[in-house]
Amino acid sequence: MITWPILSVTTFLPLVGALIVYLSRGDDEAARRNSRWIALWTTLITFAVSVILVMRFDAGNPDFQFVEKANWLATGITYHMGVDGISLPLVILTTAVMPFCIIASWKAITKRVREYMMAFLILETLMIGTFSALDLVLFYLFFEGGLIPMFLIIGVWGGPRRVYASFKFFLYTLLGSVLMLLAIMALYWNGGTTDIPTLMHTAVPRSLQTWAWLAFFASFAVKMPMWPVHTWLPDAHVEAPTAGSVVLAAIMLKMGGYGFLRFSLPMFPLASHDFAPLMFTLSAIAIVYTSLVALMQEDMKKLIAYSSVAHMGFVTMGIFAGTMQGVAGGVFQMISHGIVSGALFLCVGVVYDRLHTREIAAYGGLVNRMPLYALTFMVFTMANVGLPGTSGFVGEFMTLLGTFKVSIPTAFFATFGVILSACYALWLYRKVVFGALVKPSLASMKDLTFRECLTLFPMIALTILFGVYPKPVLDMSAASVQQLVNNYNTAVTAVKAAALLQ
Amino acid sequence: MVQAIVFLPLLGAVLAGLIALFGAHARNPSGDELDHHGDHGHGDAHASAAHGSHGHDDHGHDDHAHDDHHVSEPPAAGSRGAELITTALLFVSAALSWMTLVDVGFMHHDIRIPLLPWIVSGDLQVYWTLRVDTLTAVMLVVVTTVSSLVHLYSIGYMDEDPNRPRFFGYLSLFTFAMLMLVTADNLVQLFFGWEGVGLASYLLIGFWYQKPSANAAAIKAFVVNRVGDFGFALGIFAIFLLAGSTDFETIFHAAPGLTGKTIDFLGWHADALTLTCLLLFMGAMGKSAQFLLHTWLPDAMEGPTPVSALIHAATMVTAGVFMVARLSPLFELAPNAQAVVMFFGATTAFFAATIGLVQNDIKRIVAYSTCSQLGYMFVAMGAGAYSVGMFHLFTHAFFKALLFLGSGSVIYAMHHEQDIRNMGGLWKKIPYTYAVMVVGTLALTGFPLTAGYFSKDAIIEAAYASHNPFATYGFLMTIVAAGLTSFYSWRLIFKTFHGEPHDEHHYEAAHEAPIWMLIPIGVLAVGSILAGFPFKEVFTGHHGVEEFFRESVKMNPHIIEDMHHIPEHIAFLPTVMMVLGFLVSYLFYIRRPYLPVELANTQPMLYKFLLNKWYFDELYDIIFVRPAKWIGYQLWKKGDGFIIDGLGPDGVSARVLDVTRNVVKIQTGYLYHYAFAMLIGAAGLITWFMFGFGGQ
Repeated sequence: MITWPILSVTTFLPLVGALIVYLSRGDDEAARRNSRWIALWTTLITFAVSVILVMRFDAGNPDFQFVEKANWLATGITYHMGVDGISLPLVILTTAVMPFCIIASWKAITKRVREYMMAFLILETLMIGTFSALDLVLFYLFFEGGLIPMFLIIGVWGGPRRVYASFKFFLYTLLGSVLMLLAIMALYWNGGTTDIPTLMHTAVPRSLQTWAWLAFFASFAVKMPMWPVHTWLPDAHVEAPTAGSVVLAAIMLKMGGYGFLRFSLPMFPLASHDFAPLMFTLSAIAIVYTSLVALMQEDMKKLIAYSSVAHMGFVTMGIFAGTMQGVAGGVFQMISHGIVSGALFLCVGVVYDRLHTREIAAYGGLVNRMPLYALTFMVFTMANVGLPGTSGFVGEFMTLLGTFKVSIPTAFFATFGVILSACYALWLYRKVVFGALVKPSLASMKDLTFRECLTLFPMIALTILFGVYPKPVLDMSAASVQQLVNNYNTAVTAVKAAALLQ
Repeated sequence: MVQAIVFLPLLGAVLAGLIALFGAHARNPSGDELDHHGDHGHGDAHASAAHGSHGHDDHGHDDHAHDDHHVSEPPAAGSRGAELITTALLFVSAALSWMTLVDVGFMHHDIRIPLLPWIVSGDLQVYWTLRVDTLTAVMLVVVTTVSSLVHLYSIGYMDEDPNRPRFFGYLSLFTFAMLMLVTADNLVQLFFGWEGVGLASYLLIGFWYQKPSANAAAIKAFVVNRVGDFGFALGIFAIFLLAGSTDFETIFHAAPGLTGKTIDFLGWHADALTLTCLLLFMGAMGKSAQFLLHTWLPDAMEGPTPVSALIHAATMVTAGVFMVARLSPLFELAPNAQAVVMFFGATTAFFAATIGLVQNDIKRIVAYSTCSQLGYMFVAMGAGAYSVGMFHLFTHAFFKALLFLGSGSVIYAMHHEQDIRNMGGLWKKIPYTYAVMVVGTLALTGFPLTAGYFSKDAIIEAAYASHNPFATYGFLMTIVAAGLTSFYSWRLIFKTFHGEPHDEHHYEAAHEAPIWMLIPIGVLAVGSILAGFPFKEVFTGHHGVEEFFRESVKMNPHIIEDMHHIPEHIAFLPTVMMVLGFLVSYLFYIRRPYLPVELANTQPMLYKFLLNKWYFDELYDIIFVRPAKWIGYQLWKKGDGFIIDGLGPDGVSARVLDVTRNVVKIQTGYLYHYAFAMLIGAAGLITWFMFGFGGQ
């Protein structure tokens, strides 16, 4: 059925766009406008191509689809691409969010526009590649490569403390990646290949499982980010430009969750089982700890960043519960969080563009001047709180439900997040949007422009659609998740049975 | 037909919302440019970020909040359109609901309509489904009737407010969520409605968003409800763990097989059903403002008065009662949970009534009264007399909505004065309002042959007849509370309508409300009398209950029988208490008005204790709010900033800097060192791996 390498086209189209931007030289206003339009069209076409992926995707088939394979480096290291029900939603999320990022940067970025757009387009290629690579080396390349454009985006177009933030970001993530590289080598020596589908069916000795799991964990936990390696995220978010924050929150954090699903659980089921209590503990701590910290923030972006950490805690908890609802909920929560947190950062960007501060105390009473903004912000605040009827609820509910079966204490403590999220999110909303408009600096604030509505309203529609009818996402991932859960449980029970026999 | 009942209010909400949005947008233009004042560049923003203040603990504790919304803008365009659309749709919905009640309750045509799949994953199968049995039908009637009357009333009450389309949109949105709640066929959809009404309540309490006290009250309501929902959510998880489903039918079928099972809950080997019921009841306590989770309800009076009538008296706060009745097959199997239900119900009934004695804000008196009456309903639930509790829910909706709307009428007449100490003698000025308020008070206090008389006495009888361990406690508390209720209700009437006017200025200007407001309170006054006797048989009669409710609630098999065999003098006791309360009140506020002042002076401790609502707000502030903030701050500064960053990236970079500075003085670039260290490290680890694993 597939006549052209559709997945590779999706992956590398943005790179082509970046090349075109590069070729259109000049630094006058016309050139800037050109690069904006080129970037926008590239992301839109990429999205359109990825929609073809969705239409041709067979949701009933749990295996990899749109597989492409070509010789590459050495024996066992190939150019191998493909998506299944776990990665496809993330690919679509990436292609769908990117046009919004470009539109959101339309006016906010005025210096080095060309380089900025190129960075974003290259980043898009690397992110799509991360989610569709089926070879460890290829995955590593994409996964780590993504660091560089992000590092530049924060470091060049960021706020006053951008250098500190970008170095912190780099330092944390690099530490994890080095360990992952080692684990990849170890797996290569063990299995003679870096092909992911093959490795999924290769038995890994127990001791290697433990070490490899820990090495991968180091990388993914930082990316997630999990407590206690989360402190780079608030700083990175605060300093990043709006679109950078959106990409970071909506997509780059999902790489960690994706990694756990793609590698830790299927390749090292025994180690995953052994370490599940650790993951539960860290997740529950993340949820309660960062929610409490979020309560006290004075910077809008920091508050949302901390709430992101808490929400990703639900993902890790659900994934390592190893139950159908837990894992499927984890996947859904990643998608939902991608939409909601991305939109929240866009919301912050809207007022930041007007007033150039993210300090909560500088705002108040925006509803008086910005009714559309107030409505938009309310929807995403409620989604962040996990109100049923928004997509935020479905993910939280499923992960908690899935975890309750396995570990009641974890679910119990994680459910505190439900109370705390209401506290910090509503508090933020009240301080920024509600109240009387008394601050003179706010008196001339104007409501959302058409361009801003263009970025936010589709997100509202998706948030509510997936809250009421999450079936499209759940169905897409169901078969793959089911297979993953089955394999995981089979492996774990087999070992338990063996232990009983002895 | 059920779809129409449920979704017409949603349609109204969307239309009114659009009108509100377009109107608001027309007044506030778009634009991303700001008229610069030149004082907020990058640098300034961050300089001031350092000493950003945290003024978010200014909760409105003043007892005499004024319902004042100063008119500064003209009304939004299309206000009348939004009002008429939402109100008309609600009346259609109400008419259909009464038809449904007849069809389901008396003709026995239960309805179950699947709509859409919702959360489907593995064995978790949650569908959007509308389910109407008798229990639901009763709730449908209560919700749509009160809601349509409140809509109508609001046209008059809100006539000076510039944001009417938004208000009506919220009201209809609330009604939709409440209807989803009562028509739920599974716990998750119930939870959807549950949180949906919470959202609407939050929006409506904070409707006058310019008032800090309204915002604080709105957040408080949402958060305290969330504390309850914490239990509710865990209860759903527990049920799913036990029964493998969230559908009511499946759960109820599985329930008898679950008795005797245990769950290891945080090291406590709890009886599975008891634990589940207690967790779910925690949700009910939050929503229905029961003792310990009641603190949000009085503050919720910051919202416009029609909202208080609809949400905080007649419908939303009764959701907890409905939930327990809905889950009666579970509660009947968990007697210990029933004991807890009765304990909290009885405590609330008494406790809220004591606070109601001394309050001075007209709405807060009625609010505490609501709290107390909800306690009565839970006493019935705890006794296993679910239909009796539902009866009180049904009658209470009428007379409490009447009292709230009547209070609204008084407030309207007094130009948004809410303190009863500033009222007095109003009966001459607003005789119609006076008359209906008296009817409402008679019904609330259980005057013979009014609606409240039948339902409240039935609850007290049920408490007496029950075999619940807390039955005696429940009986005593409800009896005492009956006297207290009578006292504070008549106190309200006497201080508001009798005696000398205390505020001549407002008194002279007082006038009867417009016809929009008088019709609904008239209808409710009729309901407060007629909702009792004609329905007595189907809610409390032996055969009536079986015929009417059938499978929709699982009654305690003996309770109705036992209720009808209690001693004559016990059955008479509530009426005696009612008369007693009236007499004391009459003595205190008509005959000897100096007595209450003297009493307050001789018992200052008790008076303060009651006036400050048993100091619950202060207590919670000390044990929850402040510690949470303190911990959050410490975790942020010490945990994240000092420990994690200090030992992590900052520490590492500092050490690296030290090392580079002191040891390797020849080199200068940091990146080189990172790369070099990495290379050495990687090489070392590879070596270790190769030899380590190769050697095995």
